[in-house]
This record gives sequence, C-alpha cells and structure tokens, in this order.
Amino acid sequence: MELPHDALVNYIFPNNAHVVWSLMIVIYPFITGLIAGAFVVSALSHVMKIKAFDSIANFALIAAFSFGCFAGMPLLVHLGQPQRALEIYFTPHLTSPMSLFGYVYGSYMVLLTIEIWLIYRPHFIRMANQTTGLAGLIWKTLTLGVTTYHPDSAKVDHKMIGILAGLGIPWAFLLHGYVGFVFGSVKAISWWATALQPIIFLSSAVVSGMAMLLVMYSVIKRLRREPIDCGMLRTFATILWAAFILDLGLEVLELIHAHFQQSHEWSDIQPLLMGPLFESYAFGQMGVLSIGPILLLGVVAVLEVRDRTVVVLSNIGAFLLIFQVLVMRFNVVIGGQLISKSGRGFVEFHWEFFGKEGMLTAMVILTAPFVVYYIISRFIPIFEDPAARPEAPAPADGAVEPAPVRQATP
Amino acid sequence: MEKQKWNLEPDSRREFLANLVSGAATATVLMVVGPGASADHGVGGHSKKHRDLVYVINVNNCIGCGNCVRACKRENSVPSEYFRTWVERYVITKKGIYVDSPKGAIEGFKKINAAIRSESQLARTIPKMCNHCDNSPCIQVCPVGATYRTDDGFVLVDHEHCVGCAYCVQACPYGARFINPEKKKADKCTWCYHRVKAGKLPACVTVCPNKARMFGNLHDPDSEVAKVFKEDRWMTLRPEMHTHPYCFYVGLPREVR
Repeated sequence: MELPHDALVNYIFPNNAHVVWSLMIVIYPFITGLIAGAFVVSALSHVMKIKAFDSIANFALIAAFSFGCFAGMPLLVHLGQPQRALEIYFTPHLTSPMSLFGYVYGSYMVLLTIEIWLIYRPHFIRMANQTTGLAGLIWKTLTLGVTTYHPDSAKVDHKMIGILAGLGIPWAFLLHGYVGFVFGSVKAISWWATALQPIIFLSSAVVSGMAMLLVMYSVIKRLRREPIDCGMLRTFATILWAAFILDLGLEVLELIHAHFQQSHEWSDIQPLLMGPLFESYAFGQMGVLSIGPILLLGVVAVLEVRDRTVVVLSNIGAFLLIFQVLVMRFNVVIGGQLISKSGRGFVEFHWEFFGKEGMLTAMVILTAPFVVYYIISRFIPIFEDPAARPEAPAPADGAVEPAPVRQATP
Repeated sequence: MEKQKWNLEPDSRREFLANLVSGAATATVLMVVGPGASADHGVGGHSKKHRDLVYVINVNNCIGCGNCVRACKRENSVPSEYFRTWVERYVITKKGIYVDSPKGAIEGFKKINAAIRSESQLARTIPKMCNHCDNSPCIQVCPVGATYRTDDGFVLVDHEHCVGCAYCVQACPYGARFINPEKKKADKCTWCYHRVKAGKLPACVTVCPNKARMFGNLHDPDSEVAKVFKEDRWMTLRPEMHTHPYCFYVGLPREVR
C-alpha cells in the first residue's frame, strides 16, 4: 500500500489508533438525508403542484416524519455523555456548526408535525366523531378539541399546508446542508474539508430520500396487492435519474478539483483512495453503485419500456442508489478518519457487531423508522385522501364534509 | 520546587478597571443572548488578552528518554492507551521518512533496524502535545462551549459540560485530543494548569534532563523562552493550519507534521 508523504512505515499518532466517529455517525447523515429527500417529494406535489406526485405526497411526509423520529438517535448513542444531550439546546456554542443541530432538527420536526396534522385534521375529526371510548379520546385529543370541519377551515388549512411545505424546503435543505458543513468545515481532515461538502450532502440526500420512497412505495403497494401507478413511477424514476446525475457530477467535480489542484490535501486523499478506500470508493460508490443506477434509470427515463420493466428497473436502480448514498456516507465519515493526522499512515477501521456503536445498533436504528411508519399507517390513510373518505358520516349541523386537500390519483 | 516569577495579575489599576467595565459589558451581552453563551470563553476562537506564558520545545536538546511521557502519565492519571504528550522519532533518509513513537515513547526508543539507520540523513526526537492554539479549532467546534480558553491563554476542557461528542478530537490537526475511555469526555494536555497556578512548572518540563522542554513568561527577559524569541528562532507545527500555536519549536525539521 502506498503511504502518504514519503512515509517508510505506517505511522499514526498515538491518540489516533481508533476511528472516533463510527457507524452511528455514518447513519446519522444517512437518516437526515432520507428526511430531506422524502420531504422534497412531498413538496413536489404541495408546492410545485406536480400532479403525478399527488398520490404519494402524504406518504412522503409520513415517511419523512418516521425517519425524523430517529435522526437524533445515532447521535445520542454516540455521545459519551448522553444525559447531557439537551445542553446543545441550553448552552449552545454558536461558533460550532454542530450547536445548530438541536434548533434546526427540532424546528424542522415541529414544522413537519404541524403540516401532517393539518393534512390529517379532517381524518382526526371524522374518527373522533365515529369512535368512542379510549380510541375516541385519543382521536379527540388529536383534533385538539375542534370536532367540526368547515369549508373555511379547509381553505385556511390548505393555504397553511402550502406555506409550511414551501418553508419546509429550505428548512429540509438547511437540516441536511448543515450536516455536510459539520464535516466540510474541519480543516484538519483533508478528505472532509471542501466547500462542496454541504452541496454534495444535500444532493445525495435528495437522491437517497427519493430512492427510498420509490422502493417503499413499490413494496407497500405490492404487499397491499394494489396496482402500482406506473406513469407516476416513470416520472419519479426520471427525476431520480436527473437528481443522481447532478449528485454524481458534484462528487466527481470534487475529486477532479482536488486532483487538478495537486494541493497538500491531494497528497492525503490520493493514497487514501488508492489504498484503504479503494474498494468501497472506486468499486462501490463510484463504480457499480453509480454506473448501475444511471444505466437502469436511464433506460426507464429515455426508452419506451413496458410497465413491468419500469417497475423492475426503477426499483433495482433506486435500491442501488440507497446503497450508493449509504456507502458514500461511510466513505466520507470513516474514510476521512482513516488518514491519521500524522499524515504518514492509515488508521484501521474495525467492524463491530455487538458494540455500542456496532452494526446491530445501526440496523436497529435503521429499521425503527419502518416500524413507526407501519404503526402510523395502521391508523391513518397514507395513499388515500384523508379529506375524502367514502365511509364518512353525515356532517354535523353547520359543518360540511371536509373538502379534499389535494386530489388523489386513482 | 522552583517558584516562577510570572505575574498573572493585571498590571495596573487602570487595566483592572478596564477589565471590570469590559467584563460587565460582556456579561450583559451574554445575559441577553442567553444562558448558553455563558460557556463561551472567546470570540471566534481568538483570545483578546495578551498572552505571557508560552511553551518552547528545543528539538536539538531532546534525547527521546520518555521521562516527560512518564511524568505526564503520573501527574495527570492519563489512561494507558492514550497520551497527553508523546515523543516521535523522525529518521529522514534518502528513500523516505521513518517515523515511530512506540507507546508514545513512554519507555524511550529502541534501536531502529540497520537498513534505515544506514540511510539516515537526519534523526530527531520530537515531543508533541496540545499546542494551546490562539485560533483553536477545538474551541470553535465544541457545540456546548465545554472547551474554552482561560484568561491567561490555556485551552482547557470543562468536564462538567463536555458531552463527549468528539468533534474537538476531529478538529485538532495535531492529534492532541482523545476521548478518555474512563470518563467518556474529551481529554488533552493542560500544560499542567493546576501546577502552573500553584507557581510550579508543568510536570514534563520539570523532569526533562536536557532542557528540551521549556515553559515560561515570554516577557520576562530572564526566562529561557524569552531568549528564543529574542533570537527569532522559533517555528510551529503545521503553520498552514493557521491555528497560531503557543507551543513553539526550535530546530524543527521541515518534514515534521
């Protein structure tokens, strides 16, 4: 293995023997990325008014919320003093990019919750009026005491949903762009220190969130034995394809820029990419996991193919993209720490399975959002319009049946 | 133990009053900004106060005995796998650069193999530790302000506030920080702040047999460190990082990072 800076032996600083930011910090930006990406899909319907996405706009929001519930979990597990986690709210040191996490994440989750509540308010009201006992009490609580739904309320709600969705786009971008900045601003680690880092994190976030939604949508529809909207899926795959080309372009640009500059950073990066990161970066992130999706989604986007082919190719492409982004997060977070600060050696990364920050914990945290999604989907309509349920009872005096918040695609 | 002559008190009543006024103004601003800001001990990582105390390492005098590493371990109860200070051996040859630091050089160094020795052009042992930088990345990135600079320029960790996120460990270009495996908090060299405040020298300086490690008042004309600056012989580690270290080196080979 080629060692950096003319080193004859692999020398790492004595305090550098371990990778300090481990799998938890790999999955943390991955999960926040999924939130940002999923939110963008919902905004394509609510803000950009792209009709094709109307049927999955609420699904995207619920998915974003489910992932959002666990975005802070990896950080909590990682902290040496998790009982002091709230210090980030109470004693933030504002020169640190990390100090903003609590505020950005907290406010984003509030925004997301309000938007979901407004969308599902007609459903909560209907259920509160239909059910009794403990369930009725819970539904009634969710209505916040307002159990009638007037056309005026629907109008205000609809307007508010649009505003929140519009606000949510920069907020989701901020949430994830800042995660990129946490890494990009560390000048001591050459592999991280680039102004492109937040933009790359952001674009890959959109890709991973969209890809995850596409796969989730197809799997859920199949499990529910419902037809897949192939027209929507084709549009979805095409936008995902374009987003990934942009994302990959930025990743390549970063590499080419560092190579052409031949700066002192490149003397760290080049041996890293040709050495310990070669397989996961060259073969994984930039190889199979990039070329595969570009070709597969490209076929769906450019060629006239049958519906079944659209479903198969776009799902395989999206599945590969989820892993592309996960591997990219790994390559950035772990890769940066593999270069010892000594500049003359590489640190070894040891995979742990049962450790506090091991693979088992990572898998549990990555699985948890799907469990939350499943539970939520048992109680509220995901693909159907919450304001237009056929089994709804006659409205109360002075109130009308809730007007559709958006049109559901059949 | 030799008592040092440096003066940590304000020079005059006027300076005291000026500090009092600026302190009161700062406190007011911090109260308005919020309780979080009370943990902030600097603005943008720059200390506003003039610094007197500096650490100087004369590489030409270091014999790599490891006394300093042992003294530091004893004085500060440093966990066995980690180091607040360590010594590196650099052997610069025609074919490349050989660097090692077995167990931080706590037991000194053994002979290196004959092949490298025969190619050697220059060999030096380099003590390393926290540089107590003036533009400290560790202070800048700490999300809760647990890493801070004292008025007399020491960069310290407040263990009552540290959340153990390790962002400071990532940000330090010198590998001086680590997460203490017992306390689960950030740890690093303090220049033996507790000793200095008691008028003593840092433990590593005290045990150095060849005056490779020096600590003193930059503005005391009789101090060893002042002479280094008078002759303008100093260097710092990785100046391209713009961290403005207050640990200065004499005779540092350019290959050292």
